[in-house]
Amino acid sequence: MVDGKKLTAVLMQISHKMTEQKDYLTRLDAAIGDSDHGINMARGFEAVEKKLPSLADKDIGTILKTVGMTLVSTVGGASGPLYGSAFMKAGVAMAGKEDMDLSDFLEAMRTGVEAVQMRGRAGAGEKTMLDSMLPAMDAMEEEASANAQIHTVLKAGVIAAWDGVEGTKDMIATKGRASYLGERSVGHQDPGATSFAYMLETIASMF
Amino acid sequence: MVGVVIVSHSCHLAESVAEFTAVMASDAKVACAGGMEDGSFGTSFEKIHAAVESVYSDDGVLILMDLGSAVMTTEMVIEAMEGRKIRMADCPLVEGAVQATICAVSGMDLDGILAALREVKTASKF
Repeated sequence: MVDGKKLTAVLMQISHKMTEQKDYLTRLDAAIGDSDHGINMARGFEAVEKKLPSLADKDIGTILKTVGMTLVSTVGGASGPLYGSAFMKAGVAMAGKEDMDLSDFLEAMRTGVEAVQMRGRAGAGEKTMLDSMLPAMDAMEEEASANAQIHTVLKAGVIAAWDGVEGTKDMIATKGRASYLGERSVGHQDPGATSFAYMLETIASMF
Repeated sequence: MVGVVIVSHSCHLAESVAEFTAVMASDAKVACAGGMEDGSFGTSFEKIHAAVESVYSDDGVLILMDLGSAVMTTEMVIEAMEGRKIRMADCPLVEGAVQATICAVSGMDLDGILAALREVKTASKF
């Protein structure tokens, strides 16, 4: 289903999406954070993009690990260690694989989301990226267990992710910089949840 | 002597905390990792890594951080340097830095300094 060439093509599109949404993500972060999410994500994926040509012939695990390490080194904000850990741990789960099928993909994603939970010491309902990641994972796993095709699985994930993003508006932030605002964080959409929804949407558009 | 690393989102903040510790512990081995490579706010994996290396010895290194990604990025540096004697302290940055450097200069080991910093964490200012 997905070899190194396809994976690097998907990562390239994610990078373009982050650049395209850079100002919007930064604006969301300006309301409840430190105004850098879009800038940081675009900078991180720009660095990833530069490495992609030399990664296309590598195994899935190596590609994901390299992406994770690059994000940790270049992002600068909390999304660096969070997305970085996600990609690195997903890479460990996919070590040596030349090809990913749907169940590999879901395993890599679930491992990545668990890495975010561990690194951020966070769970559902705290107004973080996990509030789009966790519902998206649940929706995709449910579709997959009903033997749905990749396209249908991803579509369900994207819908759940954006629903999750919408849900962050009503939440009081208890993790990250927004937690200092307490109740004043209500009414604002979480930038991290938003960047993940864009990421999954980009993946889905390629299957 | 245990080395001390100050990690902050801000270059100036990290440098000032380090400078401030010299008032009472001028012989301490202190390094700072503040901000990003280009001087903007943030935490840099490479800067933290380099700061730890610069004060590392067999006695180990203690890292004090400000908030959020400073903690998470520091954790990732420690994981990347697995097997080395590096710990992070959960306490206020300024008070912790003053206490840690005084302890380090007096020859206290890493576990001893961490115990002293647990008291810093719970100490009331008034």
